[in-house]
Amino acid sequence: MTIEAEPITAAPTKPKLALYWAASCGGCEIAVLDIKEKILDVDAAFDVVFWPVAVDFKVRDVEAMDDGEITLCLFNGAVRTSDNEYMANLLRRKARVLVAFGSCACEGCIPALSNTTTRRATLDWAFRDSPSTDNPGDVRPQTQTVTEFGTLELPEFWETVRTLDQVVDVDYYVPGCPPQAHQIWAVLETVIDILQNGKPLPPKGSILGAGDKTCCDECPRVREEKRITGFVRPHEIIPDPDTCLLDQGILCMGPATRSGCGALCVTVGVPCRGCYGPAPNSKDQGTKMVAALSSVIDSQDPAVIEQILDGIVDPVGTFYRFSMAKATLGRVNLEGSSPGDTEREEVGL
Amino acid sequence: MKEILIDPITRLEGHGKIDIFVDDDGEVADCFFIVPELRGFEAFCVGRPVEEMPRITSRICGVCSEAHHIASAKACDDVYHVEIPPAARKLRELLYSAFFAGDHMTHFYILAGPDFVMGPDAPPAERNILGMIHKLGIDTGKVVIGARAAAHDIVKILGGKTIHMVTALPGGVTKGVTPEERAELIDRAGTLLEAAKFTIDILNDVVLANQAYLDLILSDTYTHRFNSMGTVDENGHLNVYDGMIRVVDADGDQIVTYHPRDYLDNIAEHVETWSYLKFPFLKARGWTGFTDGSDSGLYRASPLSRVNAATGMATPLAQAEYERYFETLTGDASGATPVHQTLATHWARVVELVYAAERTMELARDEEILSPDIRTIPTETPTEGVGCIEAPRGTLTHHYVTDERGILEKVNLVVGTTNNHGPISMSIKKAAQGLITAGSEITEGVLNKIEMAFRAYDPCFACATHSLPGQMSMIVRVRAPDGTVVSEVRRD
Repeated sequence: MTIEAEPITAAPTKPKLALYWAASCGGCEIAVLDIKEKILDVDAAFDVVFWPVAVDFKVRDVEAMDDGEITLCLFNGAVRTSDNEYMANLLRRKARVLVAFGSCACEGCIPALSNTTTRRATLDWAFRDSPSTDNPGDVRPQTQTVTEFGTLELPEFWETVRTLDQVVDVDYYVPGCPPQAHQIWAVLETVIDILQNGKPLPPKGSILGAGDKTCCDECPRVREEKRITGFVRPHEIIPDPDTCLLDQGILCMGPATRSGCGALCVTVGVPCRGCYGPAPNSKDQGTKMVAALSSVIDSQDPAVIEQILDGIVDPVGTFYRFSMAKATLGRVNLEGSSPGDTEREEVGL
Repeated sequence: MKEILIDPITRLEGHGKIDIFVDDDGEVADCFFIVPELRGFEAFCVGRPVEEMPRITSRICGVCSEAHHIASAKACDDVYHVEIPPAARKLRELLYSAFFAGDHMTHFYILAGPDFVMGPDAPPAERNILGMIHKLGIDTGKVVIGARAAAHDIVKILGGKTIHMVTALPGGVTKGVTPEERAELIDRAGTLLEAAKFTIDILNDVVLANQAYLDLILSDTYTHRFNSMGTVDENGHLNVYDGMIRVVDADGDQIVTYHPRDYLDNIAEHVETWSYLKFPFLKARGWTGFTDGSDSGLYRASPLSRVNAATGMATPLAQAEYERYFETLTGDASGATPVHQTLATHWARVVELVYAAERTMELARDEEILSPDIRTIPTETPTEGVGCIEAPRGTLTHHYVTDERGILEKVNLVVGTTNNHGPISMSIKKAAQGLITAGSEITEGVLNKIEMAFRAYDPCFACATHSLPGQMSMIVRVRAPDGTVVSEVRRD
């Protein structure tokens, strides 16, 4: 189902708003509450028809709605289970405008780092190999357990974490882990204005609630694009407070990351890790970062370059910290290098 | 045999469900509390640089990201064998105390309070924070919102972000405070402290002054004699930030006091086929199944158990409230006799709230937080480390093993809510048995009273499962054997 870039006119009844969380930590929900008293403006402008954390409506109420009956749905969280996928499909059908809200729904976020390991390794570690697990019989959770009184059920745990738009058609994106409150309000205010004044919607696929530059653009530090001869890790030095962290050799994802957060992390002395997603005109955050690094590494000698790059201790997990589900390199399958493999015994934990 | 499935609204959005089986006489035959989610954090953190863990594990839970962030930073310090500067320690504890007070406020007013202010049988439409504000007056709403905002401001000033703070790393914190910021911290701490005092009044006026509620709290339906775990300082006083882990039995006698690094000598986790969440138990007792009493391996790790495990509170107002709590519930103000009424957890939470607010003020006023000496650069070779903290919902443990470059080889996490998995299961079962009896009608109020048994623990499924999804609301549904919905209730 798609929507056209045509005005949604305000009906006699208020437009309907839904918020949902799939595979997420709950931080996006709290971020919405952080718009504080403006939540009353939201309440005035919309009928909130579905919001599990705050309002008492149920999935069956959504199921009973007409297709397209919900005006706007903000969907946070990634998709890992059949439950998540069912809800994504249901809300896609019922909502005229579906928004991937927050880093998990947009790029997979931290949960998608799970795509660097396997379902088997995850289960083996959790239920057999972790040092606090006492499970000599290797008992595993089962989708069905028959007891004296009846059968107990668990859902399946899937192999891969997916973004919302890898499952259903998405109209807009609001990035961030979590989206910052002022940006959330800016998005809602725009939508309210569109609804109340009959203005056209932004082009489908637009990224809302974020800037159109990079994190560096908002960074208060002075960047001289110095050539660097090696990388240092954040705990290894006390950086100068006023100059660019990358210039000081600390790997900072700012050049590959969309603006919008207000450069919060770098302002308090901590390098960007990319939670606002790929920079404008870039689909792949890691590729963008590699390109950015190529211009700051102080050598033309392949051997020296390699030595400098060796200073980046976890390139995949850093370049794709928040966007692994969208990485063009695809599903990273590191069978044999995760907990649960045979090398495990060599480390005395 | 009749099956009453108190289920999250089908498998579609729930992350916790209760299966109650009722026999042909209408009595509860058995009851299961099921967590149908699994985390993957431990496995996918392998290969990551350990200094990134405070920023990665905070994403386990957006509600208590501070607990994971700081427990992780403490584990990192331990991995690098580094002692952080005193000012850094105080800044971390200041942030954590403010967060802790804010989180307890949220639970007391938004999650648990409505049951008492509106009544456990009140219509669900009124049994929420808005109904409470309507009944208690708008000023109550302002206090709650103001305290939440104050806690968030402190986290923002010290942590850089209100959700998923970023400033703690191996060896200290990246950001100190200016005199201007300190003035703001003191101001916000004052707001938290006033809100804590206000909450004592609400507790007195609304809950303790009502004999019916006191009877409910003291009833056998909501009572279980479990062992109690909590972190204590060198004086045996309750501490939420750091200390030794103390476990006392159901009579208040010490079972063990251990350093966080020795957690594997003291606790282990049991696996069942019907839940993705494991069941921690005390190694001193072994896995004894779902039993209570001093000989059981099960223990609670919650406000109730922390207050039981401690010998007192380190701040004056909290100590006074601690004495009043024990005097009322056990007749012994010293606190030597543990409290076992599950619903008293809400009062224990107020004792901790007062402590956390007082501690926030103490630290905000401490001149040393202005020191620029907030980082120690690690110089030792990283190896292995453990970091513990008292998350609002129980003792949280992060355990890392790295290679000589500080790249993670093993990660083990035992989180707050998980500790309570066994006790929560038993509390729900006992409540169900007490409330569902032959011939009785299963009303929404009855279901809510069953829910109250686990709501007292403030369970956080996002944390417990490190899971994706992580949802804390619970929707419960009672189904007849033919699948017909008898009634439905939800916890938001």
